[in-house]
Amino acid sequence: MTKIVALEGLTKTFPGGVTAVDDLSLDIREGEFVTLLGPSGCGKTTTLRLIAGFEVPDRGRIVLAGRDVTDDPPYKRAVNTVFQDYALFPHMNVAQNVGYGLRIAGVPKEEISRRVVDTLRMVDLLEKIEARPAQLSGGQKQRVGLARAIIRRPKLLLLDEPLSALDVKLREAMQVELKHLHQKLGITFLLVTHDQKEALVLSDRVVVMDRGRIVQAGTPAELYDHPATPYVADFIGTSNLIRGRLVKCAEGQASVAAGPVVVRAHMNGALFSPGAPVLISIRPEKVLLIEPGIALPEETNRIPGTVIESFFHGNAVRVAVNIGQEEPFLVDMQLQRSLSGAGVPGPGTAVTLAVHVASVSIFADASAEPRAS
Amino acid sequence: MRLKQRRRVFAIGILSGPLLWTLAFMFIPYSIMFAYSFFTRKFPTFVPDFQIGNYITLFADPQYYQVLLRTLKIGVFTTIFSLILAYPLAYFLVFKIRSPRLRTALYIAVIVPLWVSYLLRAYTWKTILGSQGVLNSFLVWTGLLDQPSDLFLYNQFAMVLTLTYIFVPFMVMPIYTALEKIPRSLIDASKDLGVGRIHTFLLVTVPLSLPGILAGATFTFCLTIGDFVAPFLVGGANGAMIATVVQSQFGTALNWPLGSALSIVLLIIVLTIISLSDRVERAGRLDLA
Repeated sequence: MTKIVALEGLTKTFPGGVTAVDDLSLDIREGEFVTLLGPSGCGKTTTLRLIAGFEVPDRGRIVLAGRDVTDDPPYKRAVNTVFQDYALFPHMNVAQNVGYGLRIAGVPKEEISRRVVDTLRMVDLLEKIEARPAQLSGGQKQRVGLARAIIRRPKLLLLDEPLSALDVKLREAMQVELKHLHQKLGITFLLVTHDQKEALVLSDRVVVMDRGRIVQAGTPAELYDHPATPYVADFIGTSNLIRGRLVKCAEGQASVAAGPVVVRAHMNGALFSPGAPVLISIRPEKVLLIEPGIALPEETNRIPGTVIESFFHGNAVRVAVNIGQEEPFLVDMQLQRSLSGAGVPGPGTAVTLAVHVASVSIFADASAEPRAS
Repeated sequence: MRLKQRRRVFAIGILSGPLLWTLAFMFIPYSIMFAYSFFTRKFPTFVPDFQIGNYITLFADPQYYQVLLRTLKIGVFTTIFSLILAYPLAYFLVFKIRSPRLRTALYIAVIVPLWVSYLLRAYTWKTILGSQGVLNSFLVWTGLLDQPSDLFLYNQFAMVLTLTYIFVPFMVMPIYTALEKIPRSLIDASKDLGVGRIHTFLLVTVPLSLPGILAGATFTFCLTIGDFVAPFLVGGANGAMIATVVQSQFGTALNWPLGSALSIVLLIIVLTIISLSDRVERAGRLDLA
């Protein structure tokens, strides 16, 4: 597919010396749904504002549909933004808000009203066409913001944490709608969020950012199952991070000693010398809690532990197990039957954790040795 | 005592001071003045009566209604010039000054003249515009004038200039506040939708700062039409405004009933403008949050 956006070595430093975006390069294909994911202050919003033209980069280029737009003001770029705080014009009604850009562009009146009606129907808000923003709920305001941004058929739609101000139920419903809208319109979407769940649900590709740089980019499944760094493993989903030392490498398998336990992991092509400090990461839901003494297949790690406490989550129970590390090890037990809380081992019970070797990720322990930079 | 009663006693206790003050020094004097405006003049004094002759005089005698019209004209001009000066200034402070500290400092610099005696500030223009003043000296020095001119002082231009100078902070303050309240994301959104700077200013910034413009215009106009220092210092023979005439009616002319009627007319004009502006502001009130 063709490239619609190319960011080349973007750098932005704010007065006061904070480098929000640091030599960032990223290509986005036409029709893709890409998410910039990271905690607040990682530079994701600044990247979005650079593409929209609200900020000017210190270095680097922004190419949009083959055209260098780095020095174009926002109103000359074929991108539109959905704002976090909606940014609806309070002195205009819904129809005027949605048709605003077209009106100034000199589109004939009949065409404007036809397109406004079409677009509002698309976001399911036609009945509020006469309403003022102040009369709308948060979810409705965001639909207006969305309609206003897509009516001009931009080459790229930028979404700046568009759902973060909505409550959980509404947010999940809007996520589904957003995904459907993306499929229907065929416009390229670039979403910024700190909500990893949202990123996983919506995106074709997730770009994880930290301190102005891209840490890892890939499909949601790639990021979840094969995080490139402990930072990604920790930020996306929940991970048990265990610090240890590599004791043996053989046949693509590493053995890591962490306190009293030894855990085997697939190397996945990574290279470590024996004795190297490493981090291993295990997802809570990839672990089975079994009674000690039950036989396990060869490819499975067996870690003994003692239950500390458990937390009821409705669809699952999260059990904290002491396996001789600083932090308790978390295990998620899916509850297939109701009242199966009865099967959850109580505090003090001796248990065994069963983890498949392929479910263990292994990283170099960056905190144990000084950074190269 | 029960909590509800105690709260009521407390509320009355707090309100009684300002209430008594307003009653004694606002409501009663205005009532007396209102009554005076119907009295009949019997030189050198006046007798209680109930007739509207004083009001008829005001609107029939050109000497009075022309002063009234001139006052309104000067009020309108002062308001317009204040707006022309204040809007760009407030806009510059809010949108172009990036450092909050510098912005506050400059804003205070705009407000500080209000702490200087109002009489002194009006008098300043007398010394600037006078025949021996700074302006004349400068023009003679540059050779633009052969000899000092009397044309700068004692006319309506001088009054509008002086009043604009004095009241411009009252215009800057509400416009500054209104502009500051406009979320930056609205300006971004407008540009994002393909709308350039000028249209964004006219279609987003100006409409959203209208409450500030309205408040500033109301302040400036109402303060201007009640002023008597500017006509006294820089207005000259044809520069009388309502307040000047009121002063002379209560003073040298010894016609308290007519002066009262004039004051009541001024009061009604001001109250009308304030309530109109309040109603428009309410109707157009927007949720910027």
